[in-house]
Amino acid sequence: MTTAAPAATTRASAPNRPADVIFKAVSTTAGVLILIALAGVAIFLVAQAVPAIIGPLPDDDSFWAWVWPLTFGTLWSAFLAMVMAVPMAIAIALFITHFAPRRLASILGYAIDLLAAIPSVIYGLWGIAVLAPFMQPAYAWLAENLGWIPLFSPPASGTGRTILTAAIVLAVMVLPIITALCREIFLQTPRLNEEASLALGATRWEMIRMAVLPHGRSGIIASSILGLGRALGETMAVAMVLASAGAVTFVVVGSQNPSTIAANIALRFPEAHGITVNMLIGSGLVLFAITLLVNAISRWIIAKTTVDGGR
Amino acid sequence: MTTTISAPRQAQNPLTAGQLPRWSPWATLLAALLVGAAVAGLIAGASGAQFSIVTTAVIGFVLYLVAITVVSQLIEGGRKATDRFVTGLVTGAFLLALIPLVSLVVTVVANGLARFDLEFFTYSMRNVVGEGGGVLHAIVGTLLVTLWAAIISVPVGIFTAIYLVEYGKGKLAKAITFFVDVMTGIPSIVAGLFAYALFALFFGEGVRSGIGGAVALSLLMIPTVVRSTEEMLKLVPNDLREASLALGVPKWLTIAKVVLPTALAGIVTGVTLAVARVIGETAPLLIIAGFTTNMNYNVFDGRMMTLPVFAYNQYVSPGVQEQAYFDRAWAAALILILIVMILNIVARLIAHFFAPKAGR
Repeated sequence: MTTAAPAATTRASAPNRPADVIFKAVSTTAGVLILIALAGVAIFLVAQAVPAIIGPLPDDDSFWAWVWPLTFGTLWSAFLAMVMAVPMAIAIALFITHFAPRRLASILGYAIDLLAAIPSVIYGLWGIAVLAPFMQPAYAWLAENLGWIPLFSPPASGTGRTILTAAIVLAVMVLPIITALCREIFLQTPRLNEEASLALGATRWEMIRMAVLPHGRSGIIASSILGLGRALGETMAVAMVLASAGAVTFVVVGSQNPSTIAANIALRFPEAHGITVNMLIGSGLVLFAITLLVNAISRWIIAKTTVDGGR
Repeated sequence: MTTTISAPRQAQNPLTAGQLPRWSPWATLLAALLVGAAVAGLIAGASGAQFSIVTTAVIGFVLYLVAITVVSQLIEGGRKATDRFVTGLVTGAFLLALIPLVSLVVTVVANGLARFDLEFFTYSMRNVVGEGGGVLHAIVGTLLVTLWAAIISVPVGIFTAIYLVEYGKGKLAKAITFFVDVMTGIPSIVAGLFAYALFALFFGEGVRSGIGGAVALSLLMIPTVVRSTEEMLKLVPNDLREASLALGVPKWLTIAKVVLPTALAGIVTGVTLAVARVIGETAPLLIIAGFTTNMNYNVFDGRMMTLPVFAYNQYVSPGVQEQAYFDRAWAAALILILIVMILNIVARLIAHFFAPKAGR
């Protein structure tokens, strides 16, 4: 009896096999490695940025005065892109989930997903070669006829490579991301709510307005913010399309355009040396902080709604 | 008396009375487009410019929206009119979004075919000025950098996912989940800067190497791999795990022999999509892998050209014979699109054919 009791307790937990321990250790290490890598990102970037932030810069400007126009350009171009992309994405997601014929819907969804698969450098090529010349007459017309609106004040850009063109390219790039998320959210609308709404005589639009959109509101906001994070960090398309002059201006059709942080790094880093490298890395840190903040807000909204969004 | 009897007879089918027939939207659209074409033709005739399809489409679309709303308002009433208006608007938005896709693919294919020849695939750019030359060094560079990125990120990603699904509890697992989310949002250029900062620490300022590019890409790839693998592992039924453990199989063997094989198709799909995502990344490679005109098979030493950087570089800094540089840029873009599309299709085929059949 006395020997049986300890035997029972040892059997209750499985024997510790060396292979088991190793496997668990390897898995845990992989996870911890990610944390270390991220800490590394933060530490290395800060370490490289500090000389630029505290030290004297070549042209006697402060770091913040140097980075401000770039930050403005980043935010302004991303804002313009979101103004175009969000309503479009919601409409497309609605079309695919509620308007398109059932059999076509998945194929159409795949076509939109293809937009997300195309590398950004190709968007850049397309923006310069096709979109900018295509938009240029429109900009000239806007500057000529609507020049009294501050956004379109003349003179118009001769190449069409304005911040609005860059924003259109950005909008096309973030469109599939927001669309894909909105689609998922719209499909999660309780089927019974939709059917009840239709059975009460609502038209399809009234059903969407009263059942689908209220259910998906927070999801739409969260996915838009995720798209915003992508638009803020997008580099190559902006670097190629935008003919920047480093100005701080709201004019969207002119040739004096603000640059963005990411595009500025891509354009200047290959030839940079000395303190310029530190300045560019410092601006990268600012960009990192902005995207981190934006993503955190989005995750917070998602987390908040999955907790109390149940029915 | 006669009027009260004849009134219901006039409406032949009370269910469709007061509704537009099914063909009416199409007829309206056709009419609107014809009017649009006529107006565009008039503008073209008056100003001497070319006939514009864009003008036709814009005028036709606006006319269609107005016409269908007004007609529906008169016959079907306000609510139906709003519905038809929104239907038109939403469909229009979808078609508008397809235009960039179609335009982009057509442009890349049309411009890329000019240099899509044997020389392009078999030569590097060494000592090439003007016409000729090829992209072999960039293809090799892209394959090597992506391969190394996969070698780094696939094991880390899969084991992290295993940790999160099979072992992870408490604060560490929560922290890892949170920071994987954070990683998803890292801008690609910041990943490049990180790789540069890391390598500059060991090899001095101005360092450029293929492995640095691989490190930057793996930073972008790991969260995708973790996320997709995690999803797949969660889909493996707990019954399988419990059955295996009940037979006395150790936990690590259960994971290696039961859980992973069941989820394998999904994991491979996720990895393929992650590769497709990073293979087109330009910004980090521009910073840390640099550009060169020579072949370089050694990722640990020296600059390394990659396809996206090649396309970028050829287009933004052309030499005297501009067209030759542009042609090479477009051809590189075409190769890149083909690679990405093939990877996407392969991923979908794997998911389709090798996915475990549910409910058996």
